[in-house]
Amino acid sequence: MYRKILLTLALTVGFAATALAQEVTIGFTMGTTGPGASLGIHYKNAFQLMPKTIGGYPVKFIMLEDKTDATEAAKNGRELITQDKVDAFMGSVAVPSTTQLAQIANELKTPLMALSPVALPPDKLEWTFVVPQSTTLMMSAVVDDMKKKGVKTVGYIGFSDSWGDLVLKAVEEKAEPAGIKIVTNERYARADTSVTGQVLKVIAADPDAVVVGGSGTGGALPHIGLVERGYRKQIYHNHGTVNREFIKVGGKSVEGAIAPTGPLIVPEELPIDNPVKKVALDFTTRYEQTFGPGSRNAFAGYSYDGFLLLDTAVPIAAKTARPGTPEFRQALRNALENVKNVVGTHGVYNMTPKDHNGLDERARVLVRVDNGEWKLLK
Amino acid sequence: MDLAIALWLCQDAVTNGAIYALIALALVVVFTVTRVIFVPQGEFISYAALSLATLQSGKVPGTIYVLIGGGILVAALDTVAVLRRKSVQPLLGSLLANIFLPVAIAAAAWWSASRPNDLILQIVVTLAIVTPLGPILYRLAFQPLADASVLVLLIIAVAVHYVLTGFGLAFFGGEGLRARMFPDLQFRIGILNISGQSIGVIITSALLMVLLALIFGRTTYGKALRATAINRIGARLVGISYEFSGRLSFALAALIGAVSGILVSPITTIYYDTGLMISLKGFIGAIIGGMTSYAVAVIGSLMVGFLESYASFLASSFKESIVFTLIIPVLLWRSLMTRRVEEEDES
Repeated sequence: MYRKILLTLALTVGFAATALAQEVTIGFTMGTTGPGASLGIHYKNAFQLMPKTIGGYPVKFIMLEDKTDATEAAKNGRELITQDKVDAFMGSVAVPSTTQLAQIANELKTPLMALSPVALPPDKLEWTFVVPQSTTLMMSAVVDDMKKKGVKTVGYIGFSDSWGDLVLKAVEEKAEPAGIKIVTNERYARADTSVTGQVLKVIAADPDAVVVGGSGTGGALPHIGLVERGYRKQIYHNHGTVNREFIKVGGKSVEGAIAPTGPLIVPEELPIDNPVKKVALDFTTRYEQTFGPGSRNAFAGYSYDGFLLLDTAVPIAAKTARPGTPEFRQALRNALENVKNVVGTHGVYNMTPKDHNGLDERARVLVRVDNGEWKLLK
Repeated sequence: MDLAIALWLCQDAVTNGAIYALIALALVVVFTVTRVIFVPQGEFISYAALSLATLQSGKVPGTIYVLIGGGILVAALDTVAVLRRKSVQPLLGSLLANIFLPVAIAAAAWWSASRPNDLILQIVVTLAIVTPLGPILYRLAFQPLADASVLVLLIIAVAVHYVLTGFGLAFFGGEGLRARMFPDLQFRIGILNISGQSIGVIITSALLMVLLALIFGRTTYGKALRATAINRIGARLVGISYEFSGRLSFALAALIGAVSGILVSPITTIYYDTGLMISLKGFIGAIIGGMTSYAVAVIGSLMVGFLESYASFLASSFKESIVFTLIIPVLLWRSLMTRRVEEEDES
């Protein structure tokens, strides 16, 4: 009799433990201080809007800070996988940090939702799924607009870091086949007090258009410099520049600036048949309710889309394995690789074993500064 | 490069060089009087620039909390020191200077935030917020270890830099700000358009340098600072308070930093961490002057300005490397030319 009761007890405890193990643990490492702080804060903010469940399972987020430092990010990545036994993890703000995380994801066989671009060849991304649009996809929109406007020569002025290289490479890749020549490659740093030298060099070359490879308010300095020195042709930016602060700093000088971005910056203006409109509008509305009017930004959307992708893949993986086990992580990876038509705030994701990003042209729009606001370029 | 471009670059070089020169002067003042290599000098620039821009957007800048918090800490330290000596006399002065003054400045900041078009008021408030931070920092971080070696003082300075940068991020956020233009004047000389901003920078810098020269040459306080710089122990023997000299030199440095910050804020975008880069360039100027010569430091800073400006035109990817490489031949030349001075004994 006693034995029977004990057995029942043991079973009950066992079931309780199983129920507990059914919880899905998601790790997150982000740089909300250091050089990436201005973007990192938005990535992290999005977690205040995340649902309590993922794919029908209760979800636990473990959030760590990496100070925009690649070494720190790598440390966090290892800690999340080996100590906290996360089922998947997300991060981080800068390319070097995220690249480190991708290597760890491969080594320790845990799926990573990369929230910024990764500087690795596709065959190294077995366990990594890149949420943001590739720089090439974004800048191809800019090059398309140039073609439409008959631009033949373009001047480039960008950050003297990996972001400046990345944007330039993307423009080069698309512009050269289109017969557009890049005539200058000037570099500056975010903290520079003056870009007069670089601006003069660009103006001396007199290109039909200029592309600025900065990010955030850092993109404003060369733009203001060009306008001050009398450059009147089109100035293009990249998706790293699209935020409210850029216009605040740039003021009247940056009127007419064109940049590519994800649709969630202008969901109100999207046509009604746009597949992303509903999700993007819903997210920006909720985000601005929490963080104030005009606080919308692309980066919070990446965090949210990373969550949505996992949300789709978790139930599929849960059919074959229990959360918290290596088998589940493997199943989750396989499920992520095959998700189809996941509508996020930035676009529609269709992953394949060859393409761990899965976004297409629907994930980008061109916006223009119009009366002190980013407006959809129609 | 044609003549027009060369002249443009020259204007840019002089404008930036003038700012670096101001920073170099502040670094030399602080170093000669207190032997501190003052890394956080740049934070005064970013604090002033960001405070001004925040005031212009009608908000109260977070720097007032640093000011009030620092003031309270100083008052607490002073109180402890006074209680140990059991005399109440200096306490009143300390409370007045460290609690009532910051609160009054904060009130002024709050008031001026509601008047976003009063540029003069905003500038005065910004100066009033940033300048007292100098003596507060000295009292909190450096005075307790005033006799430590140059290396220890440098390490403290780096720590102070990180603390202040952290506050900057917390109060102003990661994105940059830019203050609104001063009256937008343009002067045309030949083929060159000279902006009112650059003229403002150059004139203000020159005035400040003359003012410093007058302070050091003519006033008792200035002479006391010079005496401390020449011989600390000797100065103490003739009754010059070392602590007072320290605070005064830090106040000067903070004032110079605040003025530089206000000057650059309409020219460029300032971030919470921009100050370090500007002060490093001023530092190269100061190094060229051997950290002791004001005149050579100014010339050195102008050299940095020119080098930077022309390098940014000719080889922008390598601009920073070119500017900072300048320090190698300078150090080489200095170490060959000057006889070696032993680090003074730690007592």
